Amino acid sequence: MAEEVLVFGAWGSPFSRRVEMALKLKGIEYKYIEEDITNKSPSLLKYNPVHKKIPVLVHNGKPVAESLVILEYIDETWKDSPILSKDPSERANARFWAKFIDEKCLPAIFKACWGEEKEHEKALEEATELLQFLENELKEKRYFGGETVGLLDIAANIIGYWLGVFEEASGTELLTREKFPKLCNWANEFVSVSAIKENLPPREKLIAYLRNRFGVGTASKYTRHL
Amino acid sequence: MADEVVLLDFWLSMFGMRVRIALAEKGIKYEYKEQDIFNKSPLLLEMNPIHKKIPVLIHNGKPVCESLIIVQYIDEVWNDKSPLLPSDPYQRAHARFWADFVDKKVYEVSRKLWATKGEELEVGKKEFFEIYKILEGELGDKPYFGGETFGFVDLSLITFYSWFHVYEVFGNINIEAECPKIIAWAKRCLQKETVANSLADQKKVYEAVGQLRKMRGLE
Repeated sequence: MAEEVLVFGAWGSPFSRRVEMALKLKGIEYKYIEEDITNKSPSLLKYNPVHKKIPVLVHNGKPVAESLVILEYIDETWKDSPILSKDPSERANARFWAKFIDEKCLPAIFKACWGEEKEHEKALEEATELLQFLENELKEKRYFGGETVGLLDIAANIIGYWLGVFEEASGTELLTREKFPKLCNWANEFVSVSAIKENLPPREKLIAYLRNRFGVGTASKYTRHL
Repeated sequence: MADEVVLLDFWLSMFGMRVRIALAEKGIKYEYKEQDIFNKSPLLLEMNPIHKKIPVLIHNGKPVCESLIIVQYIDEVWNDKSPLLPSDPYQRAHARFWADFVDKKVYEVSRKLWATKGEELEVGKKEFFEIYKILEGELGDKPYFGGETFGFVDLSLITFYSWFHVYEVFGNINIEAECPKIIAWAKRCLQKETVANSLADQKKVYEAVGQLRKMRGLE
C-alpha cells in the first residue's frame, strides 16, 4: 500500500523544519503544505484542533502534532537511520535537553533579542547561562547525537541556525566563538549536513520577516541611546 | 547486580507522584528521599543542577530529571511488565501529545486557583474549566485516557487529583458539577492500589497549601 505522508508547516518555523529534517534524514518522501499562520486552513484546524498550530504530520490520514512528539513518532515508524539511541539513559538525556531548548532556551533567547529594554542586560545574562549548559553538554562530540545527527541535534536547530538569524535581525550578540567554541563548531557541522542544509529557510527572507514581525530588536534600540 | 534506585521527591508534588505510580506499577524497590524544596540539599543540586527541582530518579548513581521523561525511562528500562505506554507508534504519539498537553496547560491554570486572587483568580477559574472540558472531550466514554487500561496520560493527570480539594476551596469551584466525567475517571483510577498509595492525601495537601498561602499573604 502506498504511504501518504503530509507535513503542515511554515517556511520560517524551526519547529516544522525539524519534522522535515528528520524525514529527509530517513529518506522518507512527503508532501509539504505551507500554512499561513495568520489565516489557518480548515485542514490544519481539523488535524490539530487542540493547539491549532504547525507542525502537524499526517501519516496515512492520521495526524501527529507537537514537533518533539512527531520526531519520536518518525523514529519509531521508520527505523532506518535512527535519531535516538536504543539506550534508555541516552534517550532520557536527549529528551531532557530537547525540552530544555524549547522551554528555557528559546524564550530566553527571544527575550534577549526582542524583550523589554530595561530587562535587556538580565535577559542576555540568562540566555548566555542557558547556552553554557548546552556548550557543556556537547563536550567533545561532533554532534549531540554522537557520530551522527540525532533527535537532540534536530531539536537544537534553533541554536544551530535560527539563533544566528535572530542575532542579525535584532542586533544582539549571543553565540560568540569566544564564549561558545564547541557550540559554534557544532553549528557549522550541523548546517553542513545535506538533510539539514536543504531545510533551512533563506536567511535574508527570514531576517526581513523577523524584523517586520518583532521589530528591530532591543539591542539595536539600546545602543541607539548610548 | 542489584539495581540501586533512589527517588528525590517532595510529598505533595503532583510531578513526584507520577514517578511513584510508575515505580509502583513496575514493582521496583527504591529509596524515597524527601526533599525540602525551600532549602535544597547538596544532593538535589548535584543531581539536577539545571532545574534544581524534584523529582529526580537516581538509577545506579545516574540522575534522570523531569517527571514524564523519568516515567518513560522507567518504562524502557523495566520493560518486562506493566507497560506504561502503548506499543503502537501512533498510539504512543497520541499518549505523548496528551501528556504534554497536561504538562503545558493543567499545572499553570491550576496554580492560579490557589496562588492568586481577585481578577487573576477569576481568569484562572475560567481557564481551568476550559482545559478540563478539553480533557473530558478526549476521555470521551473510555474508562481511561489510555482506553481499557490505565496508561501514560492517566498517570500524568491523576496526580493533580490530590490537589482538587485545594482548588475547590481556595478557588471556590465545584469540579464534579462542571466535569463529572473527570471525577468519575479519577475515582476509577484510585481503585488501583498503585495510584491510591502514590497520591498524597487531599486534606494534608490542603493544610500545607493553606500554610503556604499565609506565608505569601494570600489569607
